[in-house]
Amino acid sequence: MSSPEIQTDTTPKRDDIGVVASGSTVDIDEIAFFAKIADEWWDATGPFKPLHELNPTRLAYIRNCLVDRFKLKASSLKPLKGIKILDIGCGGGLLSEPLARMGADMTSVDASERNIKVAALHSQRSGLAIDYRCTTAEALADSGAKFDVVINMEVIEHVADVGLFLNACRNLVKADGVMLVSTLNRTVKSLLMAKIGAEYILRWLPKGAHDWDKFITPDEMVAHLSSADFDTLDMTGFVFSPIRWDWRLDPGDLDVGYATFAAPKKPA
Amino acid sequence: MIQKDVTIVGGGLAGLTTAIGLAVSGLEVAVIDMLPPGDQTLPAFDGRSSAIAYASCQLLKALDIWDHLPEDPQPILEIRVSDGPSLMNLHFDYAALGDGPLGHMIENRHMRVALMKRAEMLDNIQMFAPDKITAIETDTSRSLVTLASGTEIQAPLLLGIDGRGSMVRKQAEIGITSWPYNQHGIVATIAHELSHCGIAHERFLPSGPFAILPLTDNRSSLVWTEKSNLSETVMSLSDRAFTAEVQKRVGDFLGEVTVVGGRWSFPLTWQLADSYISERTALVGDAAHGMHPIAGQGLNLGLRDVAALIECVVDAARVGSDIGNATTLNRYQKWRRADGAILMGVTDILNRLFSNDIAPIRLSRDIGMAVVDKIDPLKKFFMAHARGTVGELPKLLRGEEL
Repeated sequence: MSSPEIQTDTTPKRDDIGVVASGSTVDIDEIAFFAKIADEWWDATGPFKPLHELNPTRLAYIRNCLVDRFKLKASSLKPLKGIKILDIGCGGGLLSEPLARMGADMTSVDASERNIKVAALHSQRSGLAIDYRCTTAEALADSGAKFDVVINMEVIEHVADVGLFLNACRNLVKADGVMLVSTLNRTVKSLLMAKIGAEYILRWLPKGAHDWDKFITPDEMVAHLSSADFDTLDMTGFVFSPIRWDWRLDPGDLDVGYATFAAPKKPA
Repeated sequence: MIQKDVTIVGGGLAGLTTAIGLAVSGLEVAVIDMLPPGDQTLPAFDGRSSAIAYASCQLLKALDIWDHLPEDPQPILEIRVSDGPSLMNLHFDYAALGDGPLGHMIENRHMRVALMKRAEMLDNIQMFAPDKITAIETDTSRSLVTLASGTEIQAPLLLGIDGRGSMVRKQAEIGITSWPYNQHGIVATIAHELSHCGIAHERFLPSGPFAILPLTDNRSSLVWTEKSNLSETVMSLSDRAFTAEVQKRVGDFLGEVTVVGGRWSFPLTWQLADSYISERTALVGDAAHGMHPIAGQGLNLGLRDVAALIECVVDAARVGSDIGNATTLNRYQKWRRADGAILMGVTDILNRLFSNDIAPIRLSRDIGMAVVDKIDPLKKFFMAHARGTVGELPKLLRGEEL
């Protein structure tokens, strides 16, 4: 059985120059190389500006769900203290670092060696302790690791076998834990906005970053989750307003990007 | 090295309000000021009073600063605008808006007392005063400020709330657009026989606007705009001669007036920073913009910056974002810079329109004022601006908690 293929799509790939560095140059060069990528990745006005702009909205949703579910202190700046979170497909750590800042005990995985190196280097600079590992959800599940919260943001639409992937996730979530999944809906609007708009017109994302056929509708999501032994607790849309140039959460508009909050089914 | 969340340069009215707002939400704040904190509350330090618009009052109440004012502020119940001897005038009455006074007059030194008391109650505000900055550095991940005392403070966000001559602005190499008005603002406090009835008066005299603003205990604060070449003469008048000049301009509706305390004189300029932000840095209040006091909006505009900045930073901190990155800073700049520029444009035009004695301009502005006075929606529009309740208001200005 092949492992689910997990890519690093919180941070879209450009030309995969990172591979060259590994093993072929001395360490100092390598660090400088990764530092350069990290700078680019974390530059909120740079090539990943759209992700930086979306990030607070995604984080607000995660925070709201967790504060509500685990009865945490909403006004605190570190409400997630003591909560064990796994970030799958962590990329450069755009979600992992804020979650760590909110007090969470973070483990973050990505299948790309390059991403993990970039992320680890940056979190060190930010003074945050995050356990970064280059591995897959399935390999981690096999090791028996369990978490209060598993986060899959913009990962599932790139996975080869959604069912297998969600089963691995189920094994990673504690019985009283939760999971958050965000992805893109398969609608004409998402084709126009995410694929053609973001990739071709606005040049927000590299061309070919997304495969529209693999986008998942909310109904399919609920069904997939249910087969993997999850109840869907809540869904909300990420809606971009080009006039205000900002993102907001809208439970009534799941047409493009949306997030799903799920928990393991209670034993009957 | 000391690690903080936010380093604030400037412990004045806007600086301390910002520090309190950020600290209330749980952030660790350093405040650096050149002066010993106590000096700023002495009557001789600053004889000015500020017209605090309704929205700014809401901010001071939401941050629990208001209740620490050493005496109750004077509500402004009505604003009367008149053009020299002309009979046409404009009349703003709070009853028309039905939502409390238009604002309050607060003596700056009283506000400083309240701010310092409130700041002392918060453990996560650390004052570095008196101290001087010897170096400011920023890079992609943090700001680093070195003090003359040798202390180094590192923080992801640096705020320049250090006034018109902002050192933070210069250090960040942010340019300004500015022009002088060739006017000085002369400030003094008067005591008078008769009650002001809570009415603020603004008269347009040929040398510039002359404002009589109600204070408590039958006192008023004067802002006398005078041509720069004459202001020195006015400042050097004997107390008796100065009082006589004041009486002449005030008229007799307050009975006999006496000048109490000192006089201050400030050169008036217009300036706007080319940007409110740079790497790891934001400018707030007078460091970002300085305007003519004609509409009493300088501090209010600054406090609107303060409320928006606090909201941007706290929103970012709540979701674990980097509070000094470009996303956070851009939101602040986008929110505040347009509002600042518009208000500054309007006050500049008002001053130019009213600081002259050219007959056709006089006639048209008088007709304009009479027209505004008769048209209710227009009047409400101007009053809403005076109260500062226009545009997308930060939560704190609506009196809400973050």
